[in-house]
Amino acid sequence: MDWRNLLTISLGAILVNNFILVQFLGCCPFLGVSKKMDTAVGMGFAVIFVMGLASALCYPVNLLLESLGMEFMQTVTFILVIAALVQFVEMFLQKTIPSLYQALGVYLPLITTNCAVLGVVLLNVQEKYNFIESVVYGVTGGVGFLLAIVLFASVRERIALVSNPPKCFEGFPIALITAGLMALAFGGFSGLDIWS
Amino acid sequence: MNFKRQLKEGLLTQNPVLVQLLGMCSTMAITTSLSNGLGMGVSVLIILTLSNIIISALRRIIPDKVRIAAYVVVIAGFVTMVDLLLQAYLEDIAESLGVFIPLIVVNCIILARAESFASKNGVLASAVDGICQGIGYTLVLLVMSVIREFLGSGTFGAGVLGGGAGIRIFPAEYGALMLVLPVGGFLTLGCLIALMQWAQSRKKEGK
Repeated sequence: MDWRNLLTISLGAILVNNFILVQFLGCCPFLGVSKKMDTAVGMGFAVIFVMGLASALCYPVNLLLESLGMEFMQTVTFILVIAALVQFVEMFLQKTIPSLYQALGVYLPLITTNCAVLGVVLLNVQEKYNFIESVVYGVTGGVGFLLAIVLFASVRERIALVSNPPKCFEGFPIALITAGLMALAFGGFSGLDIWS
Repeated sequence: MNFKRQLKEGLLTQNPVLVQLLGMCSTMAITTSLSNGLGMGVSVLIILTLSNIIISALRRIIPDKVRIAAYVVVIAGFVTMVDLLLQAYLEDIAESLGVFIPLIVVNCIILARAESFASKNGVLASAVDGICQGIGYTLVLLVMSVIREFLGSGTFGAGVLGGGAGIRIFPAEYGALMLVLPVGGFLTLGCLIALMQWAQSRKKEGK
């Protein structure tokens, strides 16, 4: 296993190809639960957890599908695996770590329909990542999500306090413009190419 | 059933993207050329209509507790069909939309319409709802693609008109590349929603 390869994947997932700001995966929770800092952090960690687990779980499932020659069932199978996984994680946390469950509670069911999770699984298959690469890509993709949503939530908190946008831009539109400016900043990372 | 009212809701007053704020990811991600917008819009229109019909027909059979999972399976089935059809007959579009075709499964528009409309109304009304909301979504995608393509690369209708390259309106080097990049998606959609809110507030004042 080449650690440089893993490092490239990680940096790529966190900065260069940030899931939200560059690939547009997971925009709904990004815009929906970023009004307050603490909920944004909770959502971010829940996403890291589920994306890592989903990548790990879908890898053997995909091998099974390929060995049966049923690649066309990928979308259906993966979404079912993710839905079951989220349900299971919810039940497991409720029994074992109630405090964490309390903190993540509301966000866990929402993650099933987060396109970043299904997206990372499909991208793993598309890029033909092996097991370790898949898990690293899943976890670091989640870290990129956390980074983006935390930065965005802090900007939005300040917007709500001090800014005075035109009336028609209030609420959602100004949030989208803010996200656009952040995407512009993250676009600067696309030149990052130190290991090739 | 009031077809006219549902069409007006889908296009304007309850537009899935501009008013209900659903399905943002695909809206911003793929609207870089007219062919992408059209391909995505029509795919969602077809899947939304078919899944609305099936879910509405099964609404008395599906137990309440597992309804979301059941909806997702129905939607995923139709998405797979459309995905395979696109790969077989429209290879270019399938390639440029890439991972966003299978991701229609988790497009909130379809699940939201299943939950809020198809599970409560008859088959015909649900089919009409799917068509109207789908047209509303496609329209937003088309508007966004035309704006971003025109300002970003100076063409109109890339992939559809002028033998695939589109009609050139001004030279490519004058285009604002920013609008084709992810930034442009956020900015264009933000301005469109602002325009919608402005129109709504004006209408209220007028009354």
